Amino acid sequence: MHTLIQGIILGVLTGGVYALMASGQTLIFGVMKVVNLAQGAFVIASAYLAFSLFTQFGIDPLVAVLITTPLMFGIGVVGHWLFLRPLRSEDANQLSLLITFALAMLVEGILSMTYRTTYRSINTSYANKAFDIGGFSVSAVRLYGFIVSCVLLIVLYIVLQKTRFGRAIRATVQNPQSATLLGVDSVRVKAYGFGLGISTAAASGSIYGLLFPFNSGSHYDLISRLLSVVVLGGLGSIGGAVLAGVIIGVVSSVAAVTWSPTWSEMTFFVVLILVLLVRPQGMFGRVERGAL
Amino acid sequence: MKLSKKGASPFFTRSGLMRGGVLIAVLIVMPQLFPQHWIWNMMFFTVLYAAMSVAWNLIGGFAGYPSLGHAAFFGIGAYATASIFKSSEILTNGWQPFFMLPLVGLGCAILALPIGYIAMRVRANIFAIVTITLLFVAQTLGYNLKSITGGAQGAGLSVAPFHLDIFEQPFYFAAATLLLFAMGIAYFITKTKLGMALTSIRADEDKARGVGVRTTGIKVITFAVSVGITGMAGGIWAYYLGFIYPQFAFDPLITIAIVLMTFLGGRATVWGPVLGAAILMPAQQLLAYYVGGSQIYLIAYAAIFLLIMLLLPRGILPTFLNKRRMDSMATKGDLSGTSTTPVTTGGSKS
Repeated sequence: MHTLIQGIILGVLTGGVYALMASGQTLIFGVMKVVNLAQGAFVIASAYLAFSLFTQFGIDPLVAVLITTPLMFGIGVVGHWLFLRPLRSEDANQLSLLITFALAMLVEGILSMTYRTTYRSINTSYANKAFDIGGFSVSAVRLYGFIVSCVLLIVLYIVLQKTRFGRAIRATVQNPQSATLLGVDSVRVKAYGFGLGISTAAASGSIYGLLFPFNSGSHYDLISRLLSVVVLGGLGSIGGAVLAGVIIGVVSSVAAVTWSPTWSEMTFFVVLILVLLVRPQGMFGRVERGAL
Repeated sequence: MKLSKKGASPFFTRSGLMRGGVLIAVLIVMPQLFPQHWIWNMMFFTVLYAAMSVAWNLIGGFAGYPSLGHAAFFGIGAYATASIFKSSEILTNGWQPFFMLPLVGLGCAILALPIGYIAMRVRANIFAIVTITLLFVAQTLGYNLKSITGGAQGAGLSVAPFHLDIFEQPFYFAAATLLLFAMGIAYFITKTKLGMALTSIRADEDKARGVGVRTTGIKVITFAVSVGITGMAGGIWAYYLGFIYPQFAFDPLITIAIVLMTFLGGRATVWGPVLGAAILMPAQQLLAYYVGGSQIYLIAYAAIFLLIMLLLPRGILPTFLNKRRMDSMATKGDLSGTSTTPVTTGGSKS
């Protein structure tokens, strides 16, 4: 029982990070109807950035978020402008999916050129510290990471709910054509929406780098988890992504403590298959026209 | 499926037979002209990847369901062959692994049926998600099912007993046979109403179902055939190398290579993927020879891919054919091939 509760605590804390990554992923889908396969690659790129900032300048990874977030936002906007905006053919959807895949490869290639493929980890002073809360040990890194993720999710929520730009994004998610008719500049909203989605990768990258050792190939592992999370939450639903992130975090961490850490990686796939069998649109997803 | 047969061209056209004959002749004669081992090796990989690209094109090109997980079945085929013909048991198995290939392919195809059914209940996006996830699940299994795959240490196969001077040739001809088989299926698809059914699925699946196309069955079976061929390619590859690792058997680079070849040559055409493979594979081998290092591949592949998507999204062959058709009816001002309608988000494939 003790290990189970320990597993659940661990899962919630890790799930918060997944929630942050996945909220960016699902936001991009909502705005552009594109599954961004490069999200994981941008998370790893941010982890490397945090790693460099820490080793070169001694900037704490959680503080580095303030630097990497605007940077990732810029990369997202430029990436959209360069690669996704010019698509005009009738199957732009399929093309943009493959373009994000190619983008992931490009980022991976650049990272493995600059940093080699050895595993890195960010060893801060608090890396091995743990708090004892009611008999359960909670590692400091996970707790800080969870708190930062929550703060950023709240910021994201405020941006989407309270600002004019957020309203434009939500309008585009709901009905792109009506939004355009009401004067929303759809190209700009898409570019900024993509940037905003990528910028969530910055903070989650810092936290990911603190929690796990990573190399340039880690993004494959990450993207399959993220995709399972967004499918469970329902593509395009940010609230769904947050809840699904926590659920999947808990499930895989409980599987790790009660079964085996190696096989807990499979829980993502099992959850994905179950969702597709039982409720293909996910928890909060909208049923697409004609989809079963 | 009551599509009218009126207007369909006869199954064997003279130009079709001629092109097929020329291909067979080229496949047989071409490598004889160059006895060097590295050329045979290059030809082997070109033909192997061409076969896989043609296979990917069946589901990714004709039906418009972009699978990112074909490398998973490549690896499964490779490991199936590797575990049937383990190195420790008998010294050599001679030609047997080649004869076993149809069975390996069939196994992959059967495995693909439930996966395809689940993945294709929803639209192309979810399909891509499931297939890419499948690839990494397969990779994880490759590392962790140590009793079958040998884990990260790799798995050895019995040595192929061919004389060193002609070592590559049996593998080359096996791959060439697979290519012809895959192209035969692609040709069959374009010439029968199956092709129309697949094209209608790509264009508008709801309407296709509305007019009576059995979309689910056709999609799932096409996917199964496609990955069956890919699994066979994996089997040939495993026997050729003699020793395989999960890292290379379940390599995302395989997926991107075959997708790139298909897009470069032209989606939903019989010859496009072959053309793409014939351009890219020698280029990759030369790049490896002069530069080396797999990170360069990654960057080069990704960069070429992005360029093709942006500058030549329809591929070489359709662009060329379209241009020729345009020229021949230049006076009529018909611009049916170049759609200028703006992109609407939330299209039928979302």
